[in-house]
Amino acid sequence: MHVAVCVKQIPDPAVPGALNADHSLKREGKLILDESDSYGVEMALQLVSAAGDGEVTLISMAPNGEVSGLRTALAMGAAKAVLATDPALAGTDALGTAKVLAKCIERAGGVDLVLAATESSDGYTGTVPAQVAELLGWPALTFAKHVEIADGKVTIQRQTETGYDVVQASLPLVVSVTAGVVEPRYPSFKGIMAAKNKPVDQCTAADLGLGDQVGWSGARQSITNVEQAPARQAGEKFEDDGTGFEKVVTFLETLKVI
Amino acid sequence: MALNKVWVYAETNGDKVTTATLELLTKAREIATTVEAIYAGTAGDAVATQVGEYGATTLYVVDPGATLPGQTAATAIASLVGQHSPDAVLFVQSYDGRDAMARVSVKLDRPVLTNGFTLTGDDKLTFGTAIFGGTVLVDAQYTDASVALIGVRPKSFTAEASGGAAAAVVAVETGDAGRAAEATVLERFEEEQTGPKLEEAAVVVSGGRGIGAAENYKPLVEELAKLLKGAFGASRAIVDAGWVPYALQVGQTGKTVKPKLYVALGISGATQHMVGMKNSDNIVAINKDGEAPIFGIADLGIVGDVHKVVPALIDAIKAKS
Ligand SMILES: Cc1cc2nc3c(=O)[nH]c(=O)nc-3n(C[C@H](O)[C@H](O)[C@H](O)COP(=O)(O)OP(=O)(O)OC[C@H]3O[C@@H](n4cnc5c(N)ncnc54)[C@H](O)[C@@H]3O)c2cc1C
Ligand SMILES: Nc1ncnc2c1ncn2[C@@H]1O[C@H](COP(=O)(O)O)[C@@H](O)[C@H]1O
Repeated sequence: MHVAVCVKQIPDPAVPGALNADHSLKREGKLILDESDSYGVEMALQLVSAAGDGEVTLISMAPNGEVSGLRTALAMGAAKAVLATDPALAGTDALGTAKVLAKCIERAGGVDLVLAATESSDGYTGTVPAQVAELLGWPALTFAKHVEIADGKVTIQRQTETGYDVVQASLPLVVSVTAGVVEPRYPSFKGIMAAKNKPVDQCTAADLGLGDQVGWSGARQSITNVEQAPARQAGEKFEDDGTGFEKVVTFLETLKVI
Repeated sequence: MALNKVWVYAETNGDKVTTATLELLTKAREIATTVEAIYAGTAGDAVATQVGEYGATTLYVVDPGATLPGQTAATAIASLVGQHSPDAVLFVQSYDGRDAMARVSVKLDRPVLTNGFTLTGDDKLTFGTAIFGGTVLVDAQYTDASVALIGVRPKSFTAEASGGAAAAVVAVETGDAGRAAEATVLERFEEEQTGPKLEEAAVVVSGGRGIGAAENYKPLVEELAKLLKGAFGASRAIVDAGWVPYALQVGQTGKTVKPKLYVALGISGATQHMVGMKNSDNIVAINKDGEAPIFGIADLGIVGDVHKVVPALIDAIKAKS
């Protein structure tokens, strides 16, 4: 089985974000593997190993030729990667991203299953996986918190507002997985060394035949205003000396909650 | 000048239209002359009454059978947009809502603006979203005039009925969804829910890693929530740790809540948590670290141990009632 995993490389979420003058996200410095995607990578490795044969291909788009996040996922055990990278990709929105990823998946060839996270940590549109599926003409089983494959059919537990649904479709298809669906492994030292020599197939928007559908123009939107959100005022703060609960009781009474 | 026509993709729990859908209908009424809704499901008449009360005059109904409703709705929406040219289609940033908007966006080759929480009409639609954990507000517009596809986070607007009559039901063909229609719902499981719903409760009590262990959730968080007739929630830290189910998670990747009172027990106040609760009317935080960021937005902060403060609080409330 050939599983493709969409992995996004993002700025370290621990570092406060900033915008460039053109309102694009500042993506200076090293990009890392989005933690949300580590679940898809782990899931793919487990599914391939359960199937007994096949491999895992990473699919990624990043404007600046970044590979360090990919190396992390390769070190976990993925075999190779397709990376769409091109300055022209800066400013690409979710639909444009999905177009690029779908073309990369076709380029990888013979893919049976595509995994992605339900939402990325920095973009969190939550639409890219279903967009990729629609572009490929495949079903999408979205928001999966449990995944099983048997006889060419994928069955998932799909998160709902009130519980979950059991949803099924046949391969090939796209599955988006929630955080916590599996426990991602840490790359071993051997894995890290091996990752250095694993192939990363780099391509541009033009290679994929997507010249004008990506970047800012493809996004067909303009940012009209950026401002700091009004900060909420902090109220009173008490060190508990054994009577802290009384402060809460009084507060609840003024709100007429009790 | 208002927009001419705005559509809302209506979602339900059983036969009941979700509050987030009603919020969108209310906003749509404010920015457009005509509001219509699209629904994929079998409770068309019940939905028509409810969306009518919130201002929709027409309800397009498509029967999804056992398929995932969002995916099937997408096929219908894409062809209806071609026939009726609405100015915008609004979706809730929910599970089915995201399935629907994603597929519509590809079918119409239109970008979709997601995670919106403000919308202003006039003759051009302006969409507002928040980035960096809600600290920076960004407004955006389409650069061309074709249909706007917009995903909105729940609790962005307040639902208000207009008292309208039931919407006229128009049944529409499912259309050819291609292989997307292969995704079949085999079974549905409802997690048992006691007390009010997290997104609808007037009081929400949430617990974080500071409660120490899974077994403390019930006596501290659930118990306090019950006494305040509220719902209980959680930070992602304790959802990931498996202490409580994901359905209780509040924040960027969980639920957005806006209760009259939010009580945070042993929660540090990461930006991703605060996105989901900082618009609560009142916030009480109990945390033993006086420097915890949650105190920066709390109306009342108690720097103390939840294992001491909360049981004393519970006893005091019990003693009063
Ligand atoms: C992409 C992404 C999405 C995310 N989405 C969400 C989301 O939707 N919701 C969410 O909540 N998080 C989310 N997170 C995680 C978030 O960044 C934090 O890690 C998480 O909110 C921390 O949970 P916590 O406050 O319970 O734990 P911690 O940050 O560990 O805080 C525990 C707090 O408990 C206090 N404490 C300890 N012992 C006691 C005691 N005895 N009495 C009182 N206080 C005590 C400590 O002082 C500390 O402040 C997301 C992260 C990412 C990267
Ligand atoms: N630039 C990208 N490269 C690779 N995968 C991506 C990219 N953008 C989004 N994805 C995938 O789509 C998921 C959902 O992204 P989003 O729609 O931005 O929330 C991500 O978690 C990834 O799995």
